[in-house]
Amino acid sequence: MTIGELQKLNILEVVNAGEEPERELKGVFCCDLLSVAMGRGQEDAVWVTVMGNINTLAVMSLTDMACIVLAEGAVMDEAGMTKARQQGIPVFRTENPIFETALLLYRWIKEGNGAAVTENTGAEV
Amino acid sequence: MSDTIELKYEVSTEDFTRAGEASSDVKKKLRQMGVPPEAIRKVAIAMYEGEINMVIHANGGTITVLIDSECIDMTLQDRGPGIPDIEKAMQAGYSTAPDNVRNLGFGAGMGLPNMKKYSDEMKVETELGVGTRVNMKVFIPE
Repeated sequence: MTIGELQKLNILEVVNAGEEPERELKGVFCCDLLSVAMGRGQEDAVWVTVMGNINTLAVMSLTDMACIVLAEGAVMDEAGMTKARQQGIPVFRTENPIFETALLLYRWIKEGNGAAVTENTGAEV
Repeated sequence: MSDTIELKYEVSTEDFTRAGEASSDVKKKLRQMGVPPEAIRKVAIAMYEGEINMVIHANGGTITVLIDSECIDMTLQDRGPGIPDIEKAMQAGYSTAPDNVRNLGFGAGMGLPNMKKYSDEMKVETELGVGTRVNMKVFIPE
């Protein structure tokens, strides 16, 4: 699944669409501690986190993760928004919890279908 | 690539909005030079951790990066208080970061351990009240 396809699924709110809709998503990564994310974030992964600041963007770009999903209703702060727009970094958000969000994304990315997750967890689509 | 390329960066203190710029720039340049992605990733992680440490703990400083066909050599010289107990600082999970820094997602005590893990060689020289100098090398696979 690509970033553009993820956007079209309408399961996440688009904060900043970014400039690489064709980029292929290969996995899901979850962590809020930036140093752990720095060491463990996988290339082309969707990063689900509650940390919405400029350092999140730096870690994402240095580790070659593909996009950020802010879960639990977290928001990107102003400096982060400016940077995301400047650098064309894709950022999404959702009110849903981290686990449900990550599971849903995992099913879509790995199995091409996340509908069952929505049914079982009650995560809103 | 037989010549050595030298890059120099000034890291300012307490400026979290700019932290990571030096690492990003080095990453971009290594990509342009065609350095293998795995080596670039190691450099980016090790250097970003060092850069963040300089902002959090050490009143900023300078980073010098030397690049030749075999090695990326990074020297981070700060103006900080020095590290009283390096052994402790090297332990994963040990952190002296203040609360405002932890709120940004740092302070997990992974900085120095990550730097060691992602560099092929690391040397730390520190003097209390004067500063810390960290040298890290990442070798480019043939």
